[in-house]
Amino acid sequence: MSKVHNIVIAGLGGQGVLKVTDILAEALFKAGFDVKKSEVHGMSQRGGSVSSEVRYGEEVASPMVPAGEADVLAVLDATQLEVARGVLKAGGAAIVPEDLPLDKLQNPKALNTMMLGAVSNYIDLPVESFIEALKANLPEKLHEMNIEMFYLGRNSR
Amino acid sequence: MSERMLVNGNEAVALAALDCHVDLGCGYPGTPSSEILDEFARLGGSAEWAPNEKCAMEVAIGTALANGRSLVTMKHVGLNVAADPFFTIAYSGTPGGLVVISADDPGMASSQNEQDNRRYAVSAGVPMFEPSDSQECYDFLIEAFKLADQFRSPVLFRMTTRVCHSKCILNRTGAGLPARKAEFIRDPRSNVMVPAFAKIAHRRLRSDLKTMAELSEKSSWHKVINKSSDLGIITSGISYQHVREAAPEASILKLGFTWPLPEKTIREFAGSVKRCIVIDEGDNFLADNINAMGISVEGKDQEFRFGELNVTRVRKLLAGDNTPETPGAPGKPPQLCVGCPHRKTFEALRDLDCIVSGDIGCYTLGVMPPFNAIHSCVCMGASITVGLGMRKMLPESEARKVVSVIGDSTFLHTGINGIVEMVYNRPETGHVVVILDNSITAMTGLQENPATGRKLDHTPAPAVSLEKIVEGIGVDNVDIIDTTVEHERFKTLLQERLSSNDTSVIIARRPCILGAVKAKSYEVKK
Repeated sequence: MSKVHNIVIAGLGGQGVLKVTDILAEALFKAGFDVKKSEVHGMSQRGGSVSSEVRYGEEVASPMVPAGEADVLAVLDATQLEVARGVLKAGGAAIVPEDLPLDKLQNPKALNTMMLGAVSNYIDLPVESFIEALKANLPEKLHEMNIEMFYLGRNSR
Repeated sequence: MSERMLVNGNEAVALAALDCHVDLGCGYPGTPSSEILDEFARLGGSAEWAPNEKCAMEVAIGTALANGRSLVTMKHVGLNVAADPFFTIAYSGTPGGLVVISADDPGMASSQNEQDNRRYAVSAGVPMFEPSDSQECYDFLIEAFKLADQFRSPVLFRMTTRVCHSKCILNRTGAGLPARKAEFIRDPRSNVMVPAFAKIAHRRLRSDLKTMAELSEKSSWHKVINKSSDLGIITSGISYQHVREAAPEASILKLGFTWPLPEKTIREFAGSVKRCIVIDEGDNFLADNINAMGISVEGKDQEFRFGELNVTRVRKLLAGDNTPETPGAPGKPPQLCVGCPHRKTFEALRDLDCIVSGDIGCYTLGVMPPFNAIHSCVCMGASITVGLGMRKMLPESEARKVVSVIGDSTFLHTGINGIVEMVYNRPETGHVVVILDNSITAMTGLQENPATGRKLDHTPAPAVSLEKIVEGIGVDNVDIIDTTVEHERFKTLLQERLSSNDTSVIIARRPCILGAVKAKSYEVKK
């Protein structure tokens, strides 16, 4: 099997971890990759730790990223870095909210799309792919703000 | 009409159900199965939430007896509730197809146990499919309904958390089944399971299982990947996905239909490799059954019985490394939301030093600090009856502290019987039940229930009255209170009820903060 790329996004219930990985997975799917996305629902709405994993490549088998194999680990809450760190490969990229231009964050709910912007730098896809997927997964009235947040995140690195 | 889409297993099942012209989907919400019926309804299918899994199973049976095609969905522990009809419908079968979805939760992401429901297929004598990804969820559901049509047999469709909730690419082929025509044929020998007829039905069931096993040998349900002759792996479900990543060099027999097992296929595969090992998540289900056939295969160490498998664990398992894994840093546990109406109720129970018999739902989180106010929790509906048992055993001073707490949806699920027990076999000190009525089935994702006044698709429905139920059963006192607004009055009331010898129900009514937002959006839609 050829190289599988692994992105893990973690945070706390209510931060939009599942939504943003849905957007990411859709962008990759539309670009023609084999994609799998895994997560655990259930207790996540109650403010506990949430983690969602996106894997893509020519062919993906397991939907779960093996320990020590994530290329990118992005956390929406700094406390979740230690919780999820085991998934990151040696030399992989860890992104925490403090890496983002938080002073320009218009709404805490859009931290996920700002983080997606930062993550997008590690993925070999044209920026339009992300924007399209973002639009397809969010109500129209939120497009403008989220696209702005996405670019702020993308240009922060 | 082939269509490529990125969907999770639950969505794939809903799509297949639509393409199979399923006449009715019913179930009770339970992670990880809950989204199947929501999605089926969204796609235009007819779906409903029953008060519990037994009701859902029986409605589905009735539909299939009337020649309809029905789908019933539940989480693994739900099948315990629905086991009674399940075991007997296996004997009689139905002319219309009945597929039973059991969504198991190995690793207990959101469950009270990690039982392996493949045992139910064996125990009841029901054929079983086990999909490993969204594509197989779609393809196998169609196969399951075909098999059901052919043999009049219910079919168990066993999914797991990672199959239900992982998104992967589905090629929706549109290869479904034609609609069935409603019809009821009076055929008591087939449909009335009195001993004389059940004896005949049981013999037919065992004979059908043999025929199904033969069919399975020649079917497209299994996959054989011939690679190394040194290492062969037999696997099923999500484990297959981990296996092909962990051991790309190995030969693999991937079973898609796992009861009854295709003995010849397995014997042939095991004979073709030097080392044959079974990689099975949960119980040693495949290894035990294969070894019982006299085919020698390696199973897994007990260590791997706990939790989910993954690529790392499969690598360890293959290497014979049975050392326990070092747990990572603990995540933040879930908690009752800020503004959750249950918070004030649990504060009072804590402050009054109550012994609290709890139940299944968001409110089980009352066990956590700062409340520490749940002291037992077994299964859906158990709070009331377990509390009654405590009252009967404990000395009076302690018995008077016992309170049962149960949510609105859980009360309607299997709590009503507990009230009947309370009135009929009342403890000397009476008893107090607090129904935590947040007017939604919150834990599983804000589904409707018979008391919300809305159907599964959120359109209006008659609302079942909790107070009328408990009054009708004959409880001495019934009170309704908002424990957030009237916190002190709630405490006083609770103390009064606890010190009397009455049977009392206090309905703590205040909508879930998340549910209230949803409920409002449904009103706008009207």
